[in-house]
Amino acid sequence: MPAEAEITNGMTVTSSASLRTFRPAVVVGGNRIPFARTGGAYTKSSNQDMLTAALDGLIARFGLQEEKLGEIAAGAVLKHSRDFNLTREVVLGSALSPETPAYDLQQACATGLETVLGLANKIKLGQIDSAIAGGVDSASDAPIAVSEGLRAVLLDLSRARTVPERLRILTRLRPKDLSPDAPNTGEPRTGLSMGEHQALTTAQWKITREAQDELALNSHRNLAAAYERGFFDDLLTPYRGLARDSNLRADTSLEKLASLKPVFGKSLGDEATMTAGNSTPLTDGASTVLLSSEEWADARGLPKLATVVDGEAAAVDFVHGKDGLLMAPVFAVPRLLKRNGLTLDDLDFFEIHEAFAGTVLSTLAAWEDEEFGRTRLGLEGAFGSIDRSRLNVNGSSLAAGHPFAATGGRIVASLAKMLHEKGMVDGRPARGLISVCAAGGQGVVALLEAR
Amino acid sequence: MSDTQLVSHGIGRDVARKLGLPQPVTLRRYRPGEPLVPGPVLIIGDSAGSEDLATSLLSWELDVRRNALPKEKLGAIVLVLDGVEHPDDLAAPVLTVASLLRDLAPNGRVVTVSRPASTAASPAAAAARQAVDGFLRSLAKELRAGATANGIVLADGVPSSSPSALGALRFLLSGRSAFVDGQFITVGTDSGKLPDDVDRPLSSKVAVVTGAARGIGAAIARTLHRDGAVLVLIDVPAAGEQLAAVANEVHGTALQLDITREDAARRILDHALERHGRLDIMIHNAGITRDKLLANMDEARWNSVIAVNIAAQLRINQTLLSSDALSQAPRIVSLASTSGIAGNRGQTNYAASKAAVIGMVRATAPLLKDAGGTINAVAPGFIETEMTHRIPFATREIARRLNSLQQGGRPEDVAETIAFLASDAAGGISGEVLRVCGQNMVGA
Repeated sequence: MPAEAEITNGMTVTSSASLRTFRPAVVVGGNRIPFARTGGAYTKSSNQDMLTAALDGLIARFGLQEEKLGEIAAGAVLKHSRDFNLTREVVLGSALSPETPAYDLQQACATGLETVLGLANKIKLGQIDSAIAGGVDSASDAPIAVSEGLRAVLLDLSRARTVPERLRILTRLRPKDLSPDAPNTGEPRTGLSMGEHQALTTAQWKITREAQDELALNSHRNLAAAYERGFFDDLLTPYRGLARDSNLRADTSLEKLASLKPVFGKSLGDEATMTAGNSTPLTDGASTVLLSSEEWADARGLPKLATVVDGEAAAVDFVHGKDGLLMAPVFAVPRLLKRNGLTLDDLDFFEIHEAFAGTVLSTLAAWEDEEFGRTRLGLEGAFGSIDRSRLNVNGSSLAAGHPFAATGGRIVASLAKMLHEKGMVDGRPARGLISVCAAGGQGVVALLEAR
Repeated sequence: MSDTQLVSHGIGRDVARKLGLPQPVTLRRYRPGEPLVPGPVLIIGDSAGSEDLATSLLSWELDVRRNALPKEKLGAIVLVLDGVEHPDDLAAPVLTVASLLRDLAPNGRVVTVSRPASTAASPAAAAARQAVDGFLRSLAKELRAGATANGIVLADGVPSSSPSALGALRFLLSGRSAFVDGQFITVGTDSGKLPDDVDRPLSSKVAVVTGAARGIGAAIARTLHRDGAVLVLIDVPAAGEQLAAVANEVHGTALQLDITREDAARRILDHALERHGRLDIMIHNAGITRDKLLANMDEARWNSVIAVNIAAQLRINQTLLSSDALSQAPRIVSLASTSGIAGNRGQTNYAASKAAVIGMVRATAPLLKDAGGTINAVAPGFIETEMTHRIPFATREIARRLNSLQQGGRPEDVAETIAFLASDAAGGISGEVLRVCGQNMVGA
């Protein structure tokens, strides 16, 4: 049993040989490759190719060649079975020291943000001094599996010892077993696609088509403006001839968005509001974030953009329809802010991942709802509303695209840079909130603070 | 296989011979650890300066001769003419060289050491000093088999054993100067310092290279890295993928930046100082071409070339010079071009910008003098790059052979000259334009 206790940074920490005091984990910077619509520039690129490109760009930006880092964690949502050690293989193919350990992590669309939080915690605990978090996804190079029927036959065949036995097993094969099993965004327990799920939530919260299109328009405008002023010059490295996100439509307009036909919520008939314009497209891409202790960054003269303050995960029961599939962050954010003694008014930037415009707007609507606040969040009234001028100010997934596991890294690096540029607000460091919804009714949120 | 190899090996060589094309040789290029010269060095001359040089060269553990041995192949001939007072004084040393030229080894060197005509005390002395110019440039055109002839001009009062005189001599004798031919390097002062380790003359220097993603810029990065420098590599964001690859190869940092931005200089300085605590060497390599005959020139073509090739350099230099962040004895090297000296049809904008670089370098040199700093320009001739490979075959073949070495240079050749001018040993050389063109017949 630990013999003594000490107070550090307001945290009670038991002191022993195996437990250390907490220290800050900072975001040094990030790098991603431009995101490409599926079937575009990265059609022939694998997850390993893209993550290696993003990692090598990060190494070049910060001069990490031959460095032995504490740990690298990354993941992909659509993953080939051969990529069981994807991140470690990427490290071996990169300019980092081959003595840098790595592990894969998978939490659907929250993969990228969860790698940041997990590694930041290791840094805070003093287990490692430096880390790279990341994520990658390719819907172009998606794995295609054989059917369950064929798989069962093949496995039994490999175990059979005699020819008659093998022939008997082969007779079980049916023509339908030969059709491949491609991945889709359907939820295994409901059979509904993510878009159909969100369509129900969007309708439940009475989010209008106009509001969704306006959010999509702002996403494109903000992202285009960020590119124009060079915001991404030190956040992105071109890949395969692509220098900007290929989904970005700088010239889109409300009229153009209004002309699109609904693609989700077919059961709603004329009430359907979700189009290809206010939903994210399937996208290929990769992102990375360099994290470290203050000492590690200082020793190398590297920037400290933001502190990773805290994170929180939540999950909802969407299977029985209690909450919408993508509504878990609605519950995670109040818990995160309460733990840190903050309210929505104390935040300077909100990065709410735009899986669909309807997701962001449903989230905000739930927070502004008195009854929801009382009955579901256990508050005295509505959780609150946010200053919309602080929301996704440099664009988000509707414009940039959403290569599932790569989105967390994109947001963390961009927000860290925004916070660093903002600096102090009313005598305290600028704060930013990240919210990422994920398949399976999950959500991960995080709090960052300017350095 | 390069185009040079195509006509110097196998069937290509036979065809080229039948066509009567001259045979380019494989030039001797510098590799760390290899001998400085391919044989003994003969020093001709009886001045005090020649004695000093002989002593210095002996300390480099070279095989130094004051008199030639019969039938011995020579690696280099150093012709010390720093005491000539009258054109008649040239006959004896020059004819000694004449008798030995057939003994000069392939890829050998002839280097003259002389004084500038502009400051001569008498018309006769000026005549003798200026005569060296015409002699040397003609001799360079006569040498074959990769041998080159170049000169060092020592300002009055600068001894032949000054750091930059010796630095320039080492550069010209070595394979670093493979594509420098028929040129003079003027040593203006006895500033500078010879390196502790001749294989790593840029050890621990922090160098910034613009346009580093490909071609000559990438070669500069590799060469400075080999010589020991710590690198900050810059290119436009759109070239980031190649830039990152070069940065990872040379263990530098990649800075994606459009140098025409107002805040470019500030960002370069901040990056260098935050990451490395200093900035010693600035290489202005980034450049673009937007060729059009003047009659068809539009505003965008003219302005973009001026903006990238000279205006950005002026702005960056101004910020560097006005900040106290530059280290002691800073070095700035800018890429000019033989087009900027001789002009080139269809390149009024480009040639203007490159001539402007020369003007800027000359006017900036005095501003750096107090800090022991230098600024020089390097003017490449025909260099084998992606850019020149886009020239149509016949035009390209003529362009690359119109020089004394009968071949195009490599990006590394330009980089070697830049590395020399960026070194401590070149501290006495400033405001100069050094051509790396194989003595191109254009714009001599």
